[in-house]
Amino acid sequence: MNWFWYASPQTFYPLAGRMAPWFAGAAALLAVAGLYIGFFVAPTDAQQGEVYRIIFIHVPAAWLSMFIYVVMAFWAALGLAFNTRLSGMMANALAPTGALFTFIALWTGSLWGRPTWGTYWVWDARLTSELVLLFLYLGFIALQAAIDDPRRADRAGALLAIVGGVNIPIIHYSVVWWNTLHQGASVSVTKGASMQSQMLSAMLLMALAFWMYSIAVSLVRVRCVIRERGEA
Amino acid sequence: MLDAAFCVVRRDLLLAWRRKSDVATALLFFVIVTSLFPLGVGAEPTLLRAIAPGVIWVAALLSSMLSLSRLFAADHADGTLEQMLLGAAPLGVVAAAKAAAHWIVAGLPLALIAPCIALQYDLQAALWPVLALSLLLGTPVLSLIGAIGAALTLGLRGGGILLSLLVLPLYVPVLILGAGSVDMASAGMGGEGQLLLLAALLVAAGAFAPWAIAAALRISME
Repeated sequence: MNWFWYASPQTFYPLAGRMAPWFAGAAALLAVAGLYIGFFVAPTDAQQGEVYRIIFIHVPAAWLSMFIYVVMAFWAALGLAFNTRLSGMMANALAPTGALFTFIALWTGSLWGRPTWGTYWVWDARLTSELVLLFLYLGFIALQAAIDDPRRADRAGALLAIVGGVNIPIIHYSVVWWNTLHQGASVSVTKGASMQSQMLSAMLLMALAFWMYSIAVSLVRVRCVIRERGEA
Repeated sequence: MLDAAFCVVRRDLLLAWRRKSDVATALLFFVIVTSLFPLGVGAEPTLLRAIAPGVIWVAALLSSMLSLSRLFAADHADGTLEQMLLGAAPLGVVAAAKAAAHWIVAGLPLALIAPCIALQYDLQAALWPVLALSLLLGTPVLSLIGAIGAALTLGLRGGGILLSLLVLPLYVPVLILGAGSVDMASAGMGGEGQLLLLAALLVAAGAFAPWAIAAALRISME
């Protein structure tokens, strides 16, 4: 099978249209299963009580927020290297979802932090890195929005995504290091090494649901982008 | 190749010299911003001493960023940039030279004037060299990373604001290490570790940023 067949927006457009409902359906089923196990089956946490259940939204969102940036940078690099139009469109379509998950991770994190840590926000290393990640997403979206010519927008965005991707580990470790210097041991979130298996399965199901949702939404969005540019 | 680099640096410095007010404005901005903080947070000497490294570094970041939008704008407007793209000298070398000239104009003066600001903030004299050295090592990284953003936003409407949105998140490690070196030194632990890491950042940025600037210029000019 020739995979490059689908590298053209024209042929990818109907394929994306056919695939999107399946991923959306899978997302809905997995989310229902994950939420059911998370809210009704998984036991109450010994230390945090019922509040911990926000983990089933928070952790998958945080995972995806980071993973989507990597995927975005991958498509961006592919687009720059092979000069394929669809890659830039994929990066374009992924960015809002990534920003959304970053925001959800920050939002649920602060809601979780209030009852457990007693504050909505701490300058914890992970929170700070996540905030910088949100800024990187917003910068990418703003740059693409500011450029009228779609080809230049794709390529400029791609370069920015790659520069950001190279910088993310540096930013993360500098923040971790800064945090240990300033913060002391006010907040330490040490998770138990072994998680209860029902909690873990609920979290993994939710993570899968978020994956499927991201794929479905980006396929729909990439169809919109293809349409906007009049390529299908 | 080096001739081309020196030529670009000399030309940019000459242009800056002919329009001295631009250079002075950025420097004045740095001085004014740092003078505003004591008015805002109060002139408690212990508080000032505690916030001095961070305030000076953030002001340096903003001041260096303000002059970035001018980095390629004039060359873009009069067509010089196109000739640089077409010319025989590798674009990466030209880009590195432009960033170096920007640093000499917008970064170096900050490092030189920083001890005076430190005086206002009642920072111990022993910390002045650390502050100046951290700025000497850190501001070239700001110029190099900033030049990528300046090249990407070349000729866009609202370029200045957009540039800050793109570039400031990438400045985070430099800010942390730069302010951290002075903090560590003031805590009596020596800031060498941070200064070495800053130097490592400078080497890495010096090696990779020119490529990215050149690629960004080609994207913006095609």
